[in-house]
Amino acid sequence: MRAARVLFGRELSLAWGGGGGPLLACGFMLCLTAILPLAAGGDPRVLAPAASGASWMALALASLLSLERLFERDLEDGALDLLALGPLPLEATVAIKALAQWLATGLPLAVAAPVAALALGQPAHLIGLTALAAAIGGLGFAFTGALGAALALGAKRGGLLIAVVVLPLFIPPVVFGAGALTRAANGGDPLSALALLGAYVLFAVVIAPVAGAAAIRNAQG
Amino acid sequence: MDIEKGSQIGGAMLKTVDIEALSLSRGERVLFRGLSLGLSAGEAVALTGANGAGKTSLLRAVAGFIRPDSGAITFGGADGEALDSGTARRDGVHLLGHLEGLKPTRTARQEFDFQTAWLGGNEAAREAAVARLSLTPLLDLETRKLSAGQKRRLSLARLIAAPRALWLLDEPLAPLDERWRVVAAELMAAHLAGGGMILAAVHDPLPVPARHLDLGGLA
Repeated sequence: MRAARVLFGRELSLAWGGGGGPLLACGFMLCLTAILPLAAGGDPRVLAPAASGASWMALALASLLSLERLFERDLEDGALDLLALGPLPLEATVAIKALAQWLATGLPLAVAAPVAALALGQPAHLIGLTALAAAIGGLGFAFTGALGAALALGAKRGGLLIAVVVLPLFIPPVVFGAGALTRAANGGDPLSALALLGAYVLFAVVIAPVAGAAAIRNAQG
Repeated sequence: MDIEKGSQIGGAMLKTVDIEALSLSRGERVLFRGLSLGLSAGEAVALTGANGAGKTSLLRAVAGFIRPDSGAITFGGADGEALDSGTARRDGVHLLGHLEGLKPTRTARQEFDFQTAWLGGNEAAREAAVARLSLTPLLDLETRKLSAGQKRRLSLARLIAAPRALWLLDEPLAPLDERWRVVAAELMAAHLAGGGMILAAVHDPLPVPARHLDLGGLA
């Protein structure tokens, strides 16, 4: 347990230290949000129906930003060997890294998501639901992202590869998350879409550590 | 040589390592076939051989990072019983490679404290390591400001701060100057005196009594 806490602390410090990754992700997300009205025109009748979807797209893209840092740096500088010789199995290490990624990047983005959606004209009463859905989805993004980052290990230009591997895996949470918000905006019940989002996240939380650890072992050999 | 009091080896009671008929290859190239080697408490083995002969690969195979083509690496406990290799590696093996695993933007203290805690070290051993390697003036620097030799001292400190039975050392002395080579030699001697084991890839002779294993030239 002490080892898990120590690793979690290191990951958070790495995420926040040197470059302020989470702020960068939030800034990136808000930039994307600002571009949309410029590209599609500022008409609220056009923007408002797309607000939920656009904010989720921005959320998914912003979640990609710091994934390269997750394992690639540790492989390059030899820290991954150290992590592998630690007391926890690699599966637990992957899970802890993904959790720290969620806390450091996913939750700040979940705070920024309602701002982005509101700016695009999403009804104000959906602020809470938007943040909640983004927080749940962010957990899924962090775990599938960790899996993608592990799979891309050792490949040249791994950062770009991560985006190509991971973005297709981000489609289901985007569909469910944006779907829940669109339904709620149209007066429907968002619960079923949220439940599907939760199911996807649980699936990712179970699969990603196992598959990610296997990918890391392969890259280390 | 000043032999220090044998350090207490923590974790699994790892006492022996047996490498049996090991064959390793990297990609298409076979590094060696049928290599056998036994290590027991207090013994050191110096691996020599040309660049690319497979010294580092052998160390990484013992650490569990490279899957051998054939053969077995088994770890034994105090009563000669076989230990689970995952457990034995997770609390009985140190690997000191070419890369020190330090994050450039974190301070030496942050990195050293993390490594010590992660690898199961204790406070007393940590203090002793800091004193033995004179780390105090380095600890508040960001690790990108350390020289190669200073980074290596930090890594040597990790070996003492988290006592583990088997040290896998890859060119341990290469970046060190004369003064720290002497200290490193004393640390190795103390480790062996305390019942530890050392498997080291070297070009210069290992500064402690050791058996030699030559992996030869390019396979």
